[in-house]
Order: sequence, then C-alpha cells, then structure tokens
Amino acid sequence: MKKQRWNPYLVGALIGLLSVLTFSIADKPIGMSTGIAQASGACALPVLGADGVAANSYWAKKAVPQWDYSSLFVVGSLVGSFLSALTSSGFKIITVPEVWRRRFGPSVPKRMVAAFLGGVVILYGARLADGCTSGHGISGSLQLAVSSWTFFLVMFTSGIATAFVLFRRPHS
Amino acid sequence: MQTILSLLSGPSLLGAGLLFGILFGLLLHRGGVTDYDVIVNQFLFRDFTVLKVMFTAIAVGGVGVFVLHGQELANLHIKPATMLAVILGAVLFGIGMVVYGYCPGTGIAAIGTGRLDALAGFAGMLVGGIFYALSYDWVAAKILPVADLGKVRLPELVGLPEWTWYAALVAMAATVLALVARVEKSRVV
Repeated sequence: MKKQRWNPYLVGALIGLLSVLTFSIADKPIGMSTGIAQASGACALPVLGADGVAANSYWAKKAVPQWDYSSLFVVGSLVGSFLSALTSSGFKIITVPEVWRRRFGPSVPKRMVAAFLGGVVILYGARLADGCTSGHGISGSLQLAVSSWTFFLVMFTSGIATAFVLFRRPHS
Repeated sequence: MQTILSLLSGPSLLGAGLLFGILFGLLLHRGGVTDYDVIVNQFLFRDFTVLKVMFTAIAVGGVGVFVLHGQELANLHIKPATMLAVILGAVLFGIGMVVYGYCPGTGIAAIGTGRLDALAGFAGMLVGGIFYALSYDWVAAKILPVADLGKVRLPELVGLPEWTWYAALVAMAATVLALVARVEKSRVV
C-alpha cells in the first residue's frame, strides 16, 4: 500500500507545475466541480428534455452540458487514476473504508447512502461557492483570490467540526 | 490580455483537457489522496498528507503563475468573492467532504481505483448539481449579491506590493509544513 505512493511534497510540487502548464497552455485553472455540474445537466436531459435543460439559466450559461475542456478534464482524471492504480497494483474494489468501518460498522448500504448524501451536499456547496478543493483550494489560493482563501479556511473549519462530531467518540 | 500560448482551440484544447485531467488523476492517486481514510484522518489531525500536497501545490503553482503573469504569458482567473455564497457553500462543502470522504476531484479519481462508495457519492454529486441548477435563479437573486466584493485578490484588499504577498505565501506554506513535520515527529515514538 505504501509503496505505490509517492512523496506528498513531490506530488504537491508536480500539481503546482501542472497548474502552471494549464494556465499557460490552455488558459484554464485546474477545476473539477464545473465539469460535474455539466454532467448533471446531461443526466437531467431524460427527465427535463433538451428544452427544459436549455431553459435553465445555470445549464445554459454556467455549466453547459457538452464535451469541452472542463468536462473532458473530469473524464481524464478518472482515466488517469485508473491507469495509475493499474500500473502500481493499487486497483482494489473497496466499498466500506477502514476508518468508516471502525466507527459505523461494516454495513454496505449504510456507507453507500452516506456517500450518496455527502455527494449531494458537497456538490451543492461547491457550486454555491463557485469552486471546490481544486478550483478554489489550489487554483484560486495560488492566485491569492479573496474568495478562495475564504473558502479554504471556512471549508477546513467546517470539515474539522464535522469530523470531530462524527468520528470522535466521547471518552468513557 | 491575450496570452501567447493560450491559442489552443477546438480539438487541441479538448485534447489538452483530457491530457491534463489524466495527469491530475494520476497525481491524486500517487499522492495517496484518493484514499477515504487519508482524507478523513486529515480533518481529525491523524494524517497530514492532504495539507502537504495542497500547500506545496499552492506555493509552487503560485510562484510559477506569478512569474508567468508578470511576463504576460498567463492570465489570472479570479472567482468572484460573493462572500455569503462562498461561506455558505464552504460550510456545506466541509460537511459533505467528511461524510462523502472525498472532494469532487479525489472522488472522481477514487472511482478509478475501485472505490464503490466514491461512485455512490458521484451519483449524489450529480443530484447535487441538479438541485443547484434548479435553485440557481433564486440563489442568483437572493444569495450571490449579498456581500459581493467582486473578483478581488488579497494584494488589492491590503495594498502591499505583489511580490511581498507571494513571499508571504511561500513563508506561510513553509511554516505550516514545518509545523506538520514537528507534530509528526513528536508522535513517532
């Protein structure tokens, strides 16, 4: 497990260099949640119809469901981690992670429902804040954006509070 | 300002998106941050991988983009400081990140390494995106305009020269990482 991992400082530096590349070559910051919001528009197509999706001001202007740089970046990330896992014997089907299992037990449905609900909340939050850990946390912070540092500090505080409520059992 | 190198368009820009995504996904996995336990343990201060990766990336990328921008080789892309929306969104994001156990990017990458809970969370993220789109008109009317400071950067908010801010950024990242190293050392017995 440890062997497939690289030094985190090296990985961080390489992500920093990747940011420099995306800024200079593609004129785009690294970001993830816009691409996912575009995908959500594609998923709404069967229910709302093409006209319904096109009539929504968010999907019409901010996250158009189409194959473009942002949505292909999301697909690329999936492919990249898959290739990385395959080439380092790191691919493993895991449903209930260790830290979750120790606190909430081995139930698969419980973990799946929690992950689903967490996913709903995290993406709504990411869209409301206009960025996620990549778009605000890395790309925005490295440009010294006020919005991004605000996001970083508040997100981390909220995460710490949530983690301590959920995972720290009171001493008995 | 038009950057010299940003003339990629059409298929080559799409190809760049895919290629950069592949590199990003690979780095997230090799960095260990596609692991639920690593992310949740960061918020419990039991593992510091997330902070190490993020602060190194911010320091290296920050200086790199600052230099390129100074040479007019890169544009800045600042997200608007719609403070109420950013704060509310970040609060939700922190809760979601601990319950999901991944952020949007590491969640996508975690699916590629075989994590089925990350896949369930991806379905949730699609629903979250739909909820946001459906509520967007209301959000745009009631939330986004509250305390909207515009596309402002820290150097504009506090009038110090640009380079001092980047020096401070690197110094802060180094301090955080040194503190983390000390905490880790004190725990190894």
